[in-house]
Amino acid sequence: MKLDLKKLKLRNINEQLQNIDRRVNDRNFTIINPEGNHAVCAGLTDEMNVNIKGHVGYYCAGMNQKANITIEGNAGTGVAENMMSGKVHVKGNASQSAGATAHGGVLIIDGDASSRCGISMKGVDIVVKGSVGHMSGFMSQAGNLVVCGDAGEALGDSLYETNIYIRGKIKSLGADCVEKKMDKKHIKKLNLLLKQANIKNQKAESFKRYGSAKKLYNFKIDNISNY
Amino acid sequence: MCGIVGIYLKTTKFEIDLGRMLSGMLNNMESRGPDSAGFAIYKNSNKDEYKYSLCINDLDFNKFKNDISNKIKNFTLSQHSDHVIVKTTEIPKKFIKIINKEFRDVSLVGYGRSIEIFKQVGNPKDIVKKFNLESFSGTHGIGHTRMATESAITTDGSHPYSTGEDECLVHNGSLSNHNNLRRELKKKGNTFNSENDTEVAAGYVSNSLSNNNSLKDTLMSGLKDLDGFYTFITGTRNGFAVVRDEIACKPAVIAETNNYVAIASEFQAMAHLPDVNNAKIFEPEPGVVYSWGN
Repeated sequence: MKLDLKKLKLRNINEQLQNIDRRVNDRNFTIINPEGNHAVCAGLTDEMNVNIKGHVGYYCAGMNQKANITIEGNAGTGVAENMMSGKVHVKGNASQSAGATAHGGVLIIDGDASSRCGISMKGVDIVVKGSVGHMSGFMSQAGNLVVCGDAGEALGDSLYETNIYIRGKIKSLGADCVEKKMDKKHIKKLNLLLKQANIKNQKAESFKRYGSAKKLYNFKIDNISNY
Repeated sequence: MCGIVGIYLKTTKFEIDLGRMLSGMLNNMESRGPDSAGFAIYKNSNKDEYKYSLCINDLDFNKFKNDISNKIKNFTLSQHSDHVIVKTTEIPKKFIKIINKEFRDVSLVGYGRSIEIFKQVGNPKDIVKKFNLESFSGTHGIGHTRMATESAITTDGSHPYSTGEDECLVHNGSLSNHNNLRRELKKKGNTFNSENDTEVAAGYVSNSLSNNNSLKDTLMSGLKDLDGFYTFITGTRNGFAVVRDEIACKPAVIAETNNYVAIASEFQAMAHLPDVNNAKIFEPEPGVVYSWGN
């Protein structure tokens, strides 16, 4: 079904997608003329495929559950923020705070993501085929952040249990973020994520893994300068 | 919050449409700044002539025409709602003195050989309509929709700020060291009409440009001297630049085609521009100055 954001109101489209008839088997939707609107496809809770033809504004696919959403363009701030499950695929670039606080599902970005990608992520898997900006993975708690390109300043600052995999250069690591050994289980997981993102020409072994040194988990006066 | 927009034409193709392009951009940024709005349009004009943009609340056009003809000769006036553009060969030093001394109710919002500035309190959509922005042509333009945080909702608190000949600046963000900087710039001879932080940034740019620094170098040194959150768009007679502070909390998107460069706080401000879906669309990186022209 084709939904035209020039003819229909955003609220009507979102309501329709949030309340689909569960007895209907045709679950394919296309949204045309998104024109940078905010909150397109926010709060979807059912399995369905939504293809958005163009650029979207802030918080696209926010709080997503189960839905498979493809953006054939760029995404503004906070794409797939607080996603619980499902899949969000940005074919262009993503602005800052992509996948912020997301608990689950997969976020794939074909281009670059700007600053604070995966900030406070809580279990989502994020794969960025390009590079990420500064403060990416800030205070991230669980899940995997995979970056095929480079990372900006203060990568993984104050992170908890997230695994960050970077293939390119890192401008600087944030407080308490250190390089860690790639075990077999990490390589296996990373290969799975690369496959899921349809990345064929890069091997898991060419990435480096970063995680928490766990020095800031509990307050210690010796670490005061790091807080 | 605030919304900022700008467009710089790389070719002459869209010169006739500049006002229409910019008005769509401002209209779409209403949600980011409903308190006041303004825009600057650059259009080449007669080399010997200056254009003075005046804002006159409670304008009595005939009275103003009569009053000004007693002070200067050889001028033409065009009225745009409560703004008047005075075209004359009178040099800025003399003209500004006359305005400040003899016309207490008139505020000079900008002047130069190519710039025209219009700004007023109210909803951006109303302001675009009131000044009939769609009818303007030109080479580049800059606009702003304001959500007031730093100072009062007044014409003086509205953007763009122009503190030098053919210069203007719009700002999304807030500066934390503007009081100190204002004091320093006052010592260097700059004058300010408001308590607004953005006016200080505009003054900083004017001061540096008057010392023969390029627009790019000026904004590079601004990254060190201006403390706070900002995305700035600045215009000069032939130049156009954008810069974001190094933390880059304030958004900006650039769309570049062979014919134009457009910048806005959000992509939705540019969605109506011709051929935008084939444009190169990117976010300006933190702490990097992007400039076109000179």
